[in-house]
Amino acid sequence: MFLTPVVPQWPFYKLDTMFVRGLKRKCFDGEEDIEGTLAGIKAIPSYNLQRQSLLDMSLVKLQLCHMLVEPNLCRSVLIANTVRQIQEEMTQDGTWQMINTQSTGQTSLDRLVSTDILCRSSREQAEGKQVPGYSNFNKDFEDDQTQDSSETMSTASSVQAPRNLQSNVWEMENPQENRGNFQKSLDQIFETLENKSPNSVEDLFSEVDNSYYDLDTMLTGMMSNTKMGHCDGLETFSSPTTTTSNSNCKSDLNELDHIVEILVES
Amino acid sequence: ERGASGGREKGTVFTSDIISTVEFNHTGELLATGDKGGRVVIFQREQESKHQPHRRGEYNVYSTFQSHEPEFDYLKSLEIEEKINKIRWLPQHNAAYFLLSTNDKTVKLWKVSERDKRPEGYNLKDEDGRLRDPSMITTLRVPVLRPMDLMVEATPRRVFANAHTYHINSISVNSDYETYMSADDLRINLWNFEITNQSFNIVDIKPANMEELTEVITAAEFHPHHCNTFVYSSSKGTIRLCDMRASALCDRHAKFFEEPEDPSNRSFFSEIISSISDVKFSHSGRYIMTRDYLTVKVWDLNMENRPIETYQVHDYLRSKLCSLYENDCIFDKFECVWNGSDSVIMTGSYNNFFRMFDRNTKRDVTLEASRENSKPRAILKPRKVCVGGKRRKDEISVDSLDFSKKILHTAWHPSENIIAVAATNNLYIFQDKVN
Repeated sequence: MFLTPVVPQWPFYKLDTMFVRGLKRKCFDGEEDIEGTLAGIKAIPSYNLQRQSLLDMSLVKLQLCHMLVEPNLCRSVLIANTVRQIQEEMTQDGTWQMINTQSTGQTSLDRLVSTDILCRSSREQAEGKQVPGYSNFNKDFEDDQTQDSSETMSTASSVQAPRNLQSNVWEMENPQENRGNFQKSLDQIFETLENKSPNSVEDLFSEVDNSYYDLDTMLTGMMSNTKMGHCDGLETFSSPTTTTSNSNCKSDLNELDHIVEILVES
Repeated sequence: ERGASGGREKGTVFTSDIISTVEFNHTGELLATGDKGGRVVIFQREQESKHQPHRRGEYNVYSTFQSHEPEFDYLKSLEIEEKINKIRWLPQHNAAYFLLSTNDKTVKLWKVSERDKRPEGYNLKDEDGRLRDPSMITTLRVPVLRPMDLMVEATPRRVFANAHTYHINSISVNSDYETYMSADDLRINLWNFEITNQSFNIVDIKPANMEELTEVITAAEFHPHHCNTFVYSSSKGTIRLCDMRASALCDRHAKFFEEPEDPSNRSFFSEIISSISDVKFSHSGRYIMTRDYLTVKVWDLNMENRPIETYQVHDYLRSKLCSLYENDCIFDKFECVWNGSDSVIMTGSYNNFFRMFDRNTKRDVTLEASRENSKPRAILKPRKVCVGGKRRKDEISVDSLDFSKKILHTAWHPSENIIAVAATNNLYIFQDKVN
């Protein structure tokens, strides 16, 4: 059954302006490349990015629910349904896959390290839970996906997070337990999300080497910054990755400096 | 034409906590508001007077009381907000007024009564209330009722507690006036006014496995005339009509109202904006009105597959859904109301705008509730939001709208053209201009 992806409707508001400018450049420069990738799907790189940022935003929102008095169930359900929709669509168009780690033996050491960390964090959560589409390995996409392997890895592991999230969101019977789980899932969410972002930015600046950014320092930086209680947090932490991987974009340096300041202060 | 009623020194605009519900009683004589601080303020309409005809229709404070207090749920380690979610009046039987007010967990029945006489001349105690020495009493007298300054008392007559695990979003008094329902995210309970330690569960949509939860109840209301019929709306944009005669647990609906999705408008936000925030029967009982994020819809009870009328409240927000999702505005729950004759419907929007739609003429108007625009006796000027291109003078562009100024709660007098509009912590009362 052929599923058309939803038509991206929204312009960027308050999202990292980096994205917008980067996208414009990409579209102008790489128009021919677009047709080659992910054949058969209407997706434009910008659509995937929009969808990804929506997914990120939604996951953060779900987590933030726990910090309030008692989560508004209707809101949580609607956000969770949105996350599920995105996941389903990503599964359908093949961007949501688990790549067999053995088959990527050619990748750089950095990639393997990042894979290991991500898989470890996702396995801690998994405990036998199968995610629909998680184990679907579509061989047709294997070649296309090698360059995106890190990205798919991180998207796959983040699937685990919402599943656990949901049980945390709905079941309030064991608050202490849930709080413990929540902090763990929160950390994992932040881990996986911030690992995703550099790869999204990678799409924008394909000339940037993957090994450019130091995963360990970023992870350390993020862990100390888990106290965000506002949705503004999304903006601050989706951008730090851009600060390290993005020496090319001078026009946004001021903004990035500002964001780095915020991170350092917190 | 709409004029602001009352002077600024008293009557129309009050600053208190954020108003969370507004409701006229069945005669329109009283107007109740509930706020985030758990208080209820009741306004009473001034009687017509020959000497001051222009003051007809002014609402003045009649009674203020603390309905709910903040509580702590020790089992879940969570606070229970005292915010009043809904107020519903009971029809009047005697001199006293009765209303139901609810927060997230507990419904209370309040009696509001006047006292303008008091007994004087007790035998056993003196005028100050101190007990008299019985040995000093030599005569016997009958206490007499003497007039006193009017005092309005509110007393809680019933407390209906511990019946809701989830947050109560609606209460509705049945037309039999003996029962009422309370609805939370997953369940609806039926109560008898006289019995507080028991309620009947009539709808339960909680799945066995909470991870499978994808839909919640968002609003519920009894039919105005048929005491066996009620409707409830869901976060997926559906309305179910249930008949309590069919079975004790109304898990199966008698009617199911849903509009097919428009594939051209599909986005990741489609479900969220289809979530119904309010459902109201028309006074006639023939129609129901629903409010979702961008539209108001009128449904004929006899037609389930689509609404008979759809009104765009603020369609210019359709291209801004991502921002509105990010700042959570997309989850705002707007209410909607019918006028007394069911010919006009009203609902709120952002920037302190509210909209009215005339079902017969198909005309609509956008008005603003704000101090600057509402001098006493002034006529409200229609407002216009400019979508793109050239902005005319007096128009406001979409990007200039203030999303923190939202009108979620409005009420319409049951028989006259008087409306109450809650703008954050201010209450505005407008009425038709009278010559």
